[in-house]
Amino acid sequence: MSRDFDAIIIGSGPGGSTAADVLTAAGWSVLVFERGKNYLINLERPSELLAEFSNDEIKYLSRHFLGPDPWLEPRTFRVSPAEGEHRFIGDVNNLPATVGGGGVHADGKVPRFREEDFSLLSHLGPLEGASVADWPISYDDLEPFYTEAERLIGVAGEAGANPFAPWRSDPYPMPPGPPMYSALVTASAASRLGYHPYPAPTAVNSVPYDDRPACNNCGFCASFGCPIHAKGDPVASLRRALLTGRAELRPEATVSKILVRNGQATGVEWIDGEGNHRVENADHVVLAAGATETPRLLLLSGIEHPEIGRNLMFHFQTLTFGQLPQRVHGYKGRAVTHLHDDFIPVDAEAREAARAAGLPWLRGGMVEHGAAAYPVTEAKYYPWGPRHKDLMRASPMREHLVVLTMQGEDVPQRTNQIDLDPKIRDIHGLPVARITYQPHRHEVVASAHYAPKLEAILKEAGALRTGTITSPGFGAPFARHRGIPAAVPTSRHVMGTARMGCDPKTSVCDAWGRLHAIPNLIICDSSLFPTASGYGPTLTLVALAIRATRALAS
Amino acid sequence: MTSDIVGTRRPALMPRQAMHRRRRRIASSRARTVSRCQERKEHPLAMPRFFDDQQYAIIQAACARLIPTDDDPGATEAGVVDYIDGLLGAFASDPPLIWAGGPFSGRFGGEPRFSNFHRLSRHDELAWRTRIEGSRGIEERERLGPVIGWQEHYRAGILALGADFCDVSPEEQDRRLRANESFVDLLYEHACEGMYGAPEYLGNRDHLGWRYIGFPGDVQPRGYPDDEVSEP
Repeated sequence: MSRDFDAIIIGSGPGGSTAADVLTAAGWSVLVFERGKNYLINLERPSELLAEFSNDEIKYLSRHFLGPDPWLEPRTFRVSPAEGEHRFIGDVNNLPATVGGGGVHADGKVPRFREEDFSLLSHLGPLEGASVADWPISYDDLEPFYTEAERLIGVAGEAGANPFAPWRSDPYPMPPGPPMYSALVTASAASRLGYHPYPAPTAVNSVPYDDRPACNNCGFCASFGCPIHAKGDPVASLRRALLTGRAELRPEATVSKILVRNGQATGVEWIDGEGNHRVENADHVVLAAGATETPRLLLLSGIEHPEIGRNLMFHFQTLTFGQLPQRVHGYKGRAVTHLHDDFIPVDAEAREAARAAGLPWLRGGMVEHGAAAYPVTEAKYYPWGPRHKDLMRASPMREHLVVLTMQGEDVPQRTNQIDLDPKIRDIHGLPVARITYQPHRHEVVASAHYAPKLEAILKEAGALRTGTITSPGFGAPFARHRGIPAAVPTSRHVMGTARMGCDPKTSVCDAWGRLHAIPNLIICDSSLFPTASGYGPTLTLVALAIRATRALAS
Repeated sequence: MTSDIVGTRRPALMPRQAMHRRRRRIASSRARTVSRCQERKEHPLAMPRFFDDQQYAIIQAACARLIPTDDDPGATEAGVVDYIDGLLGAFASDPPLIWAGGPFSGRFGGEPRFSNFHRLSRHDELAWRTRIEGSRGIEERERLGPVIGWQEHYRAGILALGADFCDVSPEEQDRRLRANESFVDLLYEHACEGMYGAPEYLGNRDHLGWRYIGFPGDVQPRGYPDDEVSEP
């Protein structure tokens, strides 16, 4: 009945698609499971991409088109166990459940980590209450795979433009796309204040690349699927894998359990679209379900290790808003075109702010120069009545708002974790992931240190007024915004829940993503990250996936 | 493969003639029951889906207070009530009016396909029926506990606004809206979607919502030229 494969891959996002590409290129046969639907690629004629994504605010922002539906597949949240079983049921930092995974909705900012991000413990020392650890690999180990990842997904950028960038062996495959006017205004203000903004390395085609067209600046970028496949979502890797004839992609197929016998993964149990429970066998299992679903599936499978699900990290986002007098049309372009990294290295001022707060050090994160965009979202912020019309015409948000978002380093804490909710089940009857999370004081202090600097940039840019919020919020953690409590982080950057390391006692996986206890079970997502850095996780997890699966197949 | 996932035909609507007959009947009956409210405007996809005449009139009048008509069109002209009727009555069509199709609307080129609504999977239909209709004691809809559907919220909200809502003064209408805050929060969310969302969901008629704020809407496959992105 069931066919055997060299590898089963769980998840078709950037990690799983990369694994499929590398393994099929090495001659392996793979079966890719994806719990969501396929809007990306014609599975019978993989040279043909599907054209289903659209510029539709209702479908993506109000109606969960990319999944998961928070009623069918909820998660639960609490700040700490003192709050009881959970405080909230619903969307907790959900990433899309669709073929292509998180690569589909992202606006494709794909920076590399810096050298010291791989050795934070050695570099800066321990932090009380945090489980800061060195990675088992260095930047130099990963550099060739970063270069390969940039070619694979197609990254536009400018080598040498960022003085804080790590060394690189090759230029970017594409030049940067057109800068957005809003980002030019804020980036030049940042330059005047002595910072070093640069064109964001972006997985969006600036020129035709890999048989996909250049981006035409439609503006429906972050949170949307790209209608013309100009985004470097995992379609390139998936297409190559499927064209070998050695890959099968099975959408709407939910893996419910990894089967393990005598320290070896033997296959998976899965549930098809009609609710039938079935089994597939393989010599290897690659787990790439994302840093929330990966530990959940390990726990559902009865795989035990004290660190599974622990050290959960999100980025601590500091969002500073400024209202400019001129119209900045933030709805034209690819959401964010500039970054600056000046708040990542620990300078004298940061050291002093840390000392004043009783911390040994603090780190910020990359700062994204963005703008607001869509009218339904904007309208919901305004009051009803005659003021609604006045505000929509004047448009202080959509037309005049610029936003600096600092993706602040979130230090790992063992008490921040994913486990199985004792009560709540998903539509398949499986216990859902429960997130227990609160920021370390480090994040709060770092945010407070850098927020005034972010506001100063926007004032220099000419902002009439500025303001700052954070995600997660603190102060009134269960005040709700759009039905979601402020304490729930919304970064969509999730990391750390099956950390890699050399010591099988303190880490779940080895330097090649293999579970110490089950070496033919390999993790290919950001669950592996021992620390979060202040950079988006996608490129790093793709580079790790190339490195791990190439080693596996050789 | 595509056809398994995505509806490739337009929603099955009432035959056009029957629709027009029913509209005329509604229009004449409304003349008796509802005095000050606007007539239902023609829309190629609009049809009575959920609201009866009086409910339709009351929601239309309420939306006219939320997004009023001034020198520019408001909720009434943009057919916001038709958007809400389309949402509450989404399952009156097959495929239901939940997810519009893609990739292009035809407004800036390409074949218009937004009106080819997607088919829903078994689970998606369950989730959307639960959200819209409520759980109503049906076991598979109560996995996370009973759900009061949007339809019921609207029925209760309309009752609370009062059968004479269309006939009272604007000040009294606003007072009643403020006295029903949780319903108005829901109504306003939907009104904003109906005013500024894609017209294929039956609101934003003639792009009136986008036009008065100067928003071009969905611009694929044309997009914006590079100089428009970078220049003031």
